Amino acid sequence: MDTLLLSRIQFGANISFHILFPTITIALGWVLLFFKLRFNATGDKKWMEAYLFWVKVFALSFAMGVVSGITMSFQFGTNWPGFMERVGNIAGPLLAYEVLTAFFLEAVFLGIMLFGASRVPNWLHTTATFLVAFGTTMSAFWILVLNSWMHTPAGYEIRDGIAFATDWVAIIFNPSMPYRLAHMLLASGLTVAFLIAGISALRMIWGDRQESVKSALRVGIILAAGLIPIQIFAGDMHGLNTLEHQPQKVAAMEGNWDTQSNVPLLLFALPDEEARENRFEIGIPNGASLILKHKADGVVPGLNDFVAEDGTPEHPPVAPVFWSFRIMVGTGMAMLALAWTGAYFLRRRGAGFMPKPMLFAFAAMAFSGWIATLAGWYTTEIGRQPWLVQGVLTTKEAVAAVPAPIVMATLVAYLVVYVALILAYMGTITYLAWKASKGEPLSTRQYPRSGEAEVIAVPGE
Amino acid sequence: MDMFNDPNLWLPWVFAALMGLSILIYVILDGFDLGVGLLMPLSDDDEKDRLVASIGPFWDANETWLVLAIGLLLVAFPVAHGVILTALYLPVAVMLIGLILRGVSFEFRAKAPIGQKPYWNGAFFTGSLMASMAQGFMLGMYVMGLTWTLPHVAFALLTAVFLTVGYSCIGAAWLIAKTEGALQIKAVGWAKGGLWGLLLGIAAISLATPFISPRIFEKWFGFPQLLYLAPFPVLSAALLGFLWWKLRRMPMVDDRHAWTPFAAIMALFALSFGGMAYSFYPYVVPDKLTIYEAASAPESLMIILIGTLFVLPTILAYTALSYIIFRGKATELRYD
Ligand code: HDD
Ligand code: HEM
Ligand code: HEM
Repeated sequence: MDTLLLSRIQFGANISFHILFPTITIALGWVLLFFKLRFNATGDKKWMEAYLFWVKVFALSFAMGVVSGITMSFQFGTNWPGFMERVGNIAGPLLAYEVLTAFFLEAVFLGIMLFGASRVPNWLHTTATFLVAFGTTMSAFWILVLNSWMHTPAGYEIRDGIAFATDWVAIIFNPSMPYRLAHMLLASGLTVAFLIAGISALRMIWGDRQESVKSALRVGIILAAGLIPIQIFAGDMHGLNTLEHQPQKVAAMEGNWDTQSNVPLLLFALPDEEARENRFEIGIPNGASLILKHKADGVVPGLNDFVAEDGTPEHPPVAPVFWSFRIMVGTGMAMLALAWTGAYFLRRRGAGFMPKPMLFAFAAMAFSGWIATLAGWYTTEIGRQPWLVQGVLTTKEAVAAVPAPIVMATLVAYLVVYVALILAYMGTITYLAWKASKGEPLSTRQYPRSGEAEVIAVPGE
Repeated sequence: MDMFNDPNLWLPWVFAALMGLSILIYVILDGFDLGVGLLMPLSDDDEKDRLVASIGPFWDANETWLVLAIGLLLVAFPVAHGVILTALYLPVAVMLIGLILRGVSFEFRAKAPIGQKPYWNGAFFTGSLMASMAQGFMLGMYVMGLTWTLPHVAFALLTAVFLTVGYSCIGAAWLIAKTEGALQIKAVGWAKGGLWGLLLGIAAISLATPFISPRIFEKWFGFPQLLYLAPFPVLSAALLGFLWWKLRRMPMVDDRHAWTPFAAIMALFALSFGGMAYSFYPYVVPDKLTIYEAASAPESLMIILIGTLFVLPTILAYTALSYIIFRGKATELRYD
């Protein structure tokens, strides 16, 4: 394999690993703030218990997010030097603002949020919780501005092959930014909603009847049921925006080869790029035309419009975009079904009396947000290929001239570490849930000490 | 002065200074927490918890200075960023994997099942070791002009060891300030043991730097430059002497002066760093690319500078706040 392909795999692996944890921390920060505020307002200790359990998951996810994020900030230099050389004047300030306005805020106040409760007044602790949540959201904002700019560049001019900023407002509010930001923040909210609902359901399956678990389950289900319709709507709007700016991506998502009217919505197909056609198509007649043009005979762009004179395709690889899009939408539909059935039982029976199959379904979907989020990013990012910055810079031009075996060796090392850590992460969260549902104190004092019987409740690190 | 009228001249300088400052802050701050990680195998199980507790609230913010430093290199000197990082591809990867391992071990050692705790302690140490060695190696390679020849790599391996020992020394000095009793006495011993790393590291780099580059040689030994430079070695020697003298008297009655070794090592790091900055200026890639050649467009730098002027003081203020909140001896870390 050549350096380009390996570097792409390496970047894809690193960012995929990274995004798993921000998707959790961004929304979980706000949920923790909610728990804390409920506790401040009601004095009911179940909210504090919920807070203390989920703050552990938060701390763990945050650590994973931070260290994998540090890797990301080096990746531009080690693997994609061409990126900064060509568009550094625009990417640079956006990244700098992320570090300055978001990362330090999160990092410093995280210490106070996690370990400061007994050292600072309550209001300062609540404020620290707020600032951490705010910081993660700010960081999502800045990085998504940059990412959206790479999809729909605006506010710049090219001089001597290098991009120079001409209008910062246009750069920040580039055409796809509002859609992408909304869709990603909602994705984060959904990921957390299903994680909370899933882990709480698991604890109930294990016989945990504490009020804090019931309340967490209720919060998770209501959040999920509320967000998922908004997400589907936002996704639809996002697709329309993409149709305007990156029609080749939408053509790949729909698996549509020829520009035509009455295009069906494909549920299944095997796109074949050699033959430039689909095999085994199953579709809903006029579906795609209806969704994208709101008319049964709407004309939808096709992939064959994006082929150079000499026959080389200038559109993204079709099958991965087609399939990851379907995985995302399919997961979204499954989320809709489950969340609303869950909400129904919640109203009818209350969180303490959910039917067993519902609990199992929620537990099974605990990490479903990860699948949809990754699938969504794959759609978006692979759909931009062969461009790195749409119309400005191709991925090939940006790659570093590092020898392939070195890229390969580091790639393997990263992958080994990542797989081990994901397993440890999921295992540890399940273990924490198991321990909590058995009513065991979540102590960290794990080396037995002589002459000391009492165990301190819920300390942590 | 002309210089201040033309942003093409002063902006790169300002950004080089900002970048240098954040590297220095990083080396001191993450230096002590990497150092504490390096001392893990020397401490018993109970002490390990206190070691970790002494850095728990700080390590994340400490590492953010690395992100800022690399971010400033990236935004202010994009070309240099590419050249340096592709040249250091392997050590960077080693460092990153090390930082990943230690960062997550913090959490896992406290949350995973008890049986796994020794492994996560091991990962914490291994990660700290990988990160320190990789940083020392990169320092050496940078001094050698970023070219991979056998002697250069050998030199870089030496600086890797010295920096690692140096980090464990500042880590031990941190522990002297943050712990008490038997652990503090142990920490004094560790700090004494680490001094030679500092000494040899500073000596090796100071001896090698001028002989690698005639330009730097001239900068050091020409006259009157010799006079500007003289305070560096004199002060460094004085600080090392002070440390040696002080550590032999530690811990003192009523825990007096517990902070002085840490402060002295901080000053030593700052001096060495200042010396290096003086030698390499105006180059960002040694003897190949100056900060003026590598700088981004002034419009973009201006945008960042304005933000920095507002945000940096705020960051420093709330960093200070967190050190004040978590002042005093390290106790158990708890969420409530
Ligand atoms: C939509 C959200 C999102 C996306 C797409 C990315 N990140 Fe991220 N990142 C975050 C959201 C986030 C966060 C929520 O703010 C994190 C996760 C946990 C944390 O500490 O902050 C974070 C942490 C984080 C850190 C550590 C910050 C610290 O030291 O506290 C760095 C250096 C990066 N990221 C860099 C990147 C880069 C270079 C990316 C793209 C290539 C990237 N992130 C994609
Ligand atoms: C966080 C969620 C993200 C995921 C899961 C993701 C995933 C991916 C994947 C799978 C590719 C490979 C596409 C291909 O080569 O076929 C890619 C490419 C790329 N993405 Fe993203 N991406 C994300 C966000 C971002 C952000 C925020 C940025 C920059 C600000 C970014 C910058 C890039 C770059 C520079 C490439 C080119 C390298 C390559 O082709 O692999 N990505 N991304
Ligand atoms: C079910 C209906 C959904 C629709 C119609 C939809 C639509 C879309 C579209 C069109 C894109 C590509 C945007 C581009 O052109 O770059 C996208 C990306 C994405 N989707 Fe969805 N989506 C849906 C559900 C979900 C769900 C349930 C999640 C996660 C919980 C999710 C997470 C994402 C993410 C993270 C991205 C990449 C970032 C971005 O470009 O916004 N989506 N979605």
